[in-house]
This record gives sequence, structure tokens and C-alpha cells, in this order.
Amino acid sequence: MNTVTRAHLAEAIYAQVGLSRNESADLLEAVLERVGAALESGESVKISGFGTFSVRQKGRRIGRNPKTGQEVPILPRRVLVFRPSNGLKDVVNGRQPGMGDGGLDDGSDDGAGYDGAGDE
Amino acid sequence: MGYLATWDYARLIGRYPGSTSMTRSELIADLAEANPHLRGADVERIVGTIFDGISAALARGERVELRGFGAFTVKHRQARTGRNPRTGEAVPVDEKAVPFFKAGKELRDRINRPRSPRPAAAARIEA
Repeated sequence: MNTVTRAHLAEAIYAQVGLSRNESADLLEAVLERVGAALESGESVKISGFGTFSVRQKGRRIGRNPKTGQEVPILPRRVLVFRPSNGLKDVVNGRQPGMGDGGLDDGSDDGAGYDGAGDE
Repeated sequence: MGYLATWDYARLIGRYPGSTSMTRSELIADLAEANPHLRGADVERIVGTIFDGISAALARGERVELRGFGAFTVKHRQARTGRNPRTGEAVPVDEKAVPFFKAGKELRDRINRPRSPRPAAAARIEA
């Protein structure tokens, strides 16, 4: 399967915006850095039409080493979650963004019925 | 609406004090401020090109890997029989594709860097 990398995205900026290749790569890095910094400070990042990155605090819990069965404490930590917007969900299913799936919301836990993801 | 509109608006309102989220237009405004040699419209296009590029790759079923930041992939969910929670009626749910993001190690570590919790965050944990 093809993998898109920084190089491809920088090339797209070069082609679309007309900056130099170097500056395109730098700006891509600046965008990722800014998003990372916001998340690090505990902010969530909402990109309309794309999705929301947020940081969730997890409490301490007792885990278990599946191999030995030994109990190990899992310390409180913060995890990053990404909720795709409905538009992005449409796009990966080959639909125009905003068209939905045309079916009933089944109320399952995928959060499809909640519109707070990223589309403002 | 032109490119400048959103950008100007974000600058005008500034970041809402105590806001706990950053929106696309705030991201654009921040970048524009850090790169005064670029036009606001260009900064807006840069941000748009990046997220559109990721979306387009996912739409093609491709994976997007940004070392240090994370990887976007598409996961496939099989068709199943769901239930209308209100009526208990069985509803067929078609198979579907779901966008998925896994944070890269560097970003994960960054988020977990030890630091004193912000008062707001601490209060939320207590509650």
C-alpha cells in the first residue's frame, strides 16, 4: 500500500501555493509543530472538515502482564485521541462530504451521531 | 468569502481567553503571525493543502505517515446487525471505513512530559 509522507505533503504545498520546496517543507513542519504544541499544553485542536485532536487524561489502574499474569500498576497518563469529522468519514467511504450515509443512525459507539467532531 | 475573511476574523477576535481548544482559523492566525513575510491567504492555503492532502490520501485508501507526529490510516469495519436503542429493533449496519490516527512516539512522549498540572485540569480530575 502506498504511504504518503512529509515529502508528498510538502510537494503539494510547493505545487499549490508556489513557495520554494524548502519553505514548503518548513511550513509543513511549522503546522505540525503548532498542533503538537497546542496538544502538549492540553488544548484540543479542531480542524473543520477534518477532525478534532484532543488529549484525554487517564487515571491510574491496575494492569496485568498478559504473559505472566502479574499485576502491574498503570500510572495516570495522557493519551491523544482523534475524532474524525463527519466530512472525513464521508470521504473515506467514497461519499461527498456532508452527504452522510443516508441510513438511520444506529446509535453505536462510533460517535457518528455526535456532530461535535470538527465541522463547525 | 475570500481567504482573508476567516484569517482576519480570527485575528480580530483573538484566542478566547482560557479557551481549551485551537481551531483551524486560530492555527492559521498563529502561523501568519509567525511568518509575516507570507500573505494570510497563502497561510490559509498551506493549512488547507495539508489537511486536504491527508484526506485525499485516506480517500484513496492510503496511509499517511508523519514521523514524530503520527500516522493516519483507514480501518475497515465489517457489516453487522445493530440495534435501535430506543425500540430494540435490529437494524443492518453496512460495512464501512473509518479514519484512524495513531500518535507517533515523539508526540505521545511530549503529551506525557511530566509537568505540574494546570489548575483547571487538576480540578477536573478531582471532580
